[in-house]
Amino acid sequence: MTTIPPQKSCATTTDATDLLDDAALLRYSRHILLPEIDIEGQTRIRSARVLVVGAGGLGCPAALYLARAGVGVLTVADGDTVDATNLQRQILYTESDIGRPKADAAADALRLANPDVTVTAVPHRLAQHDLDALVAASDVVLDCTDNFATRHAINRACVRHCKPLVSGAAIRFDAQLAVFDVRASASPCYHCLFPEGENVTEVRCATMGVFAPLVGVVGALQAHEALKVIVGCGEPSWGKLWLFDGLGLEWRTIRVPRDPACPVCRDRPNRVE
Amino acid sequence: MANTPSTLTLRLNGAPEQVPVGTTVAALLERHGWLGKRVAVERNGAIVPKSAYEATILCDGDVLEIVVAVGGG
Repeated sequence: MTTIPPQKSCATTTDATDLLDDAALLRYSRHILLPEIDIEGQTRIRSARVLVVGAGGLGCPAALYLARAGVGVLTVADGDTVDATNLQRQILYTESDIGRPKADAAADALRLANPDVTVTAVPHRLAQHDLDALVAASDVVLDCTDNFATRHAINRACVRHCKPLVSGAAIRFDAQLAVFDVRASASPCYHCLFPEGENVTEVRCATMGVFAPLVGVVGALQAHEALKVIVGCGEPSWGKLWLFDGLGLEWRTIRVPRDPACPVCRDRPNRVE
Repeated sequence: MANTPSTLTLRLNGAPEQVPVGTTVAALLERHGWLGKRVAVERNGAIVPKSAYEATILCDGDVLEIVVAVGGG
């Protein structure tokens, strides 16, 4: 598989000393101790711009780990407000947030978790146009949404702007995780895996139920994969779908090739070979 | 399961299934009402791209799983 170098925008504009003062060297020391990250990788994290779409069960833990890991700019988009049924699993919120826009409540909690991070709240549902602008301004995008229309819209924007996408999904005790990195010519996009089609069953957490720690597992893994993309460490994860069976506690991996006739990505530019 | 010359045996979502020789992925999906649904088809460990459904002819012993897209978050 092709190794994708980190995007230039992550690393070349600022040197390490501008981004990591003594307090930061201490705060991020357990990352810097990892040879796969080191100062260079942590500098990339500090200068990275990450977009998290959806601040629900997946988005809360994903954004929390990204904030604590020290990403430079974290944008959290969600058009919903916090309600009492969210508190079982959406770990950024407390009872006092009920009725507030999730993006605003999440941003407050993330700033408390790490004041180093520039957090931007986008407290409305994104039209394709807004999504395009936010994706274009990001180095990596996390899809933490709860509906397929938005999932396909995010994918289209990521293909158009050639941005890596870390996709997570969870319902009941089942979850799926995949990285789509269209900077690599062989990587599929989300539509190559799941073309638009009719729903098999109603699949929203709002009606089906979802096991609280499951979204923590998957949201944390989304942050994990996003940070790997930013740092450029480990094996690239694109080209695979991970399926998690939370009742049997089993992970299964399926290879996902690019669909050469995919209507979303067949004509995309191949910037990295 | 013994096959007559005109059938072959697959494993579909963990259960054996006999289909006519020459059955495509598209025909199998249609037979089960999955065509046009939000599913992916895993054949022997890899997803079959949608554009290959018509051209992919199933073989005796193929292991297939229908992977339903999860959308919740």
